Amino acid sequence: MQAKSPFRYFSSFFQQTGEVGLLLFKTFKNLFKKPWEKKIFLQQLEEVGVKSLPVVSLTAAFGGLVFGLQTYVGFHRYIGPGSETYGGPIISLGLTKELIPILVGLMVSGRVGSAIAAEIGTMKITEQIDALFSLGANPIRYLVVPRTLACMIMLPCLTMYGDVIGIAGGFFYNVYIMGVNRVLYIRYTLLYIQMWDVLSGLIKAVIFGMVIAIISCWQGLKTEGGAEGVGKATTQTVVVASIIILIVNFFLSRALPG
Amino acid sequence: MIRVIDLHIAFGQNKVLRGINLTLKKGETLVVIGQSGSGKSVLIKHLIGLIKPDKGEVYIDGVEITRLKDDELHKITRRFGLLFQGTALFDSMTVAQNVSFGLERYTDLSREEIQERVNENLALVGLRGIENLMPYELSGGMKKRVGLARAIAYRPDIILYDEPSTGIDPIRADAINDLIIRMKHELNVSTVIITHDMTSAYKVADKIAMLYAGRIIEEGVPADIKKSQNPVVQQFIRGRAKGPIAKW
Repeated sequence: MQAKSPFRYFSSFFQQTGEVGLLLFKTFKNLFKKPWEKKIFLQQLEEVGVKSLPVVSLTAAFGGLVFGLQTYVGFHRYIGPGSETYGGPIISLGLTKELIPILVGLMVSGRVGSAIAAEIGTMKITEQIDALFSLGANPIRYLVVPRTLACMIMLPCLTMYGDVIGIAGGFFYNVYIMGVNRVLYIRYTLLYIQMWDVLSGLIKAVIFGMVIAIISCWQGLKTEGGAEGVGKATTQTVVVASIIILIVNFFLSRALPG
Repeated sequence: MIRVIDLHIAFGQNKVLRGINLTLKKGETLVVIGQSGSGKSVLIKHLIGLIKPDKGEVYIDGVEITRLKDDELHKITRRFGLLFQGTALFDSMTVAQNVSFGLERYTDLSREEIQERVNENLALVGLRGIENLMPYELSGGMKKRVGLARAIAYRPDIILYDEPSTGIDPIRADAINDLIIRMKHELNVSTVIITHDMTSAYKVADKIAMLYAGRIIEEGVPADIKKSQNPVVQQFIRGRAKGPIAKW
């Protein structure tokens, strides 16, 4: 097999970036145009939000527990016994600003993004998207807009829920397993954590939701070549969306104040 | 009603259409014949704006559609009914939801009227009592007929049929031919049919056009096509394995 030249890699990268940008533009252009696909939007809210609760609960709980564990070890080892009570704000800050939005983003891209890519990809190869078009329905308005809106609304909701579970996990480990002073732990947490810390995590989640929806719809809409193509689109969605989430997260952390 | 001028399209190096010219008047039925892979489905998808040509124009009632914006194009496509070769039924919807898709969105009919229209269209294609089944519960022939019911449900002005009789037994296929003729007479619809089935073609066509090597090589009423002196046309309509097409 002949290797791809660097020029081809670059041109393919720019072409794909352009495709994603165009889809994003068309999606926002169609956001408030009628007819609104209310039924599909509600279905997607359930699919993205309600059905992701179990996986978000588990990842947030264990994320909080392990973060609590390492914070305890860190304070105990480097600052000294008694300083573990300061773990509360550290855990809450780390979870709300970074860990929970990323965990939720990665989990949803795996669970929902892959499902969206597979569904739209199957519709593409079986000409169902052409059928939508032939029946006068705009595929962007019918397929992409409700999914993008649902992801942008449900990701921050899941993140907020994950924040609570994760912070509770860290609290449980430190206070109930390691015996850290409960009153001081809560007091320091409330003293140092700010509303903006939580909000900045939620802003990230909105953007991650948009990334997941647009990448998965884009992959689905460009699916070709039968079952193999659907499999490829699904895998690509999870890989590309996860990488973009991690990269975007860094830049958002730099850009967002505090 | 429909006018195609110098239509060209290539997929990579494969030049599928190389200058198609066609005209279809209101209420007329055009049958496009040609080998598998000759670009018939590609041609039909240009008529509804699903594919943009590399070069050429498609006019629907004087409106050139290849350069229209999405919303303007969708207003035009609502006048079309398209039966897909592979049926393209929405697999997450029941039969009734498939057939009523266009009706619910683009007509002012009440729920009861839509229900009535769904039943009426399913009865037209010989299917009753399957409204609540999912597409995966249907046989290939039934799917084809549901696709047909969906294409005609909201009484379009122009109906495009991509191989309507493929996968259906000869008796059902003839019933579909009768339905195509009936739609034409009762609703005065313009019809474009793609088929390999010459029996159907002779029965329903006002005009037959043969697509070969990206061009329309012969066009005329069924009697003219039967008498064509073109060896390619003769080989195709007589279904012979030997002849000029095999060399191509």
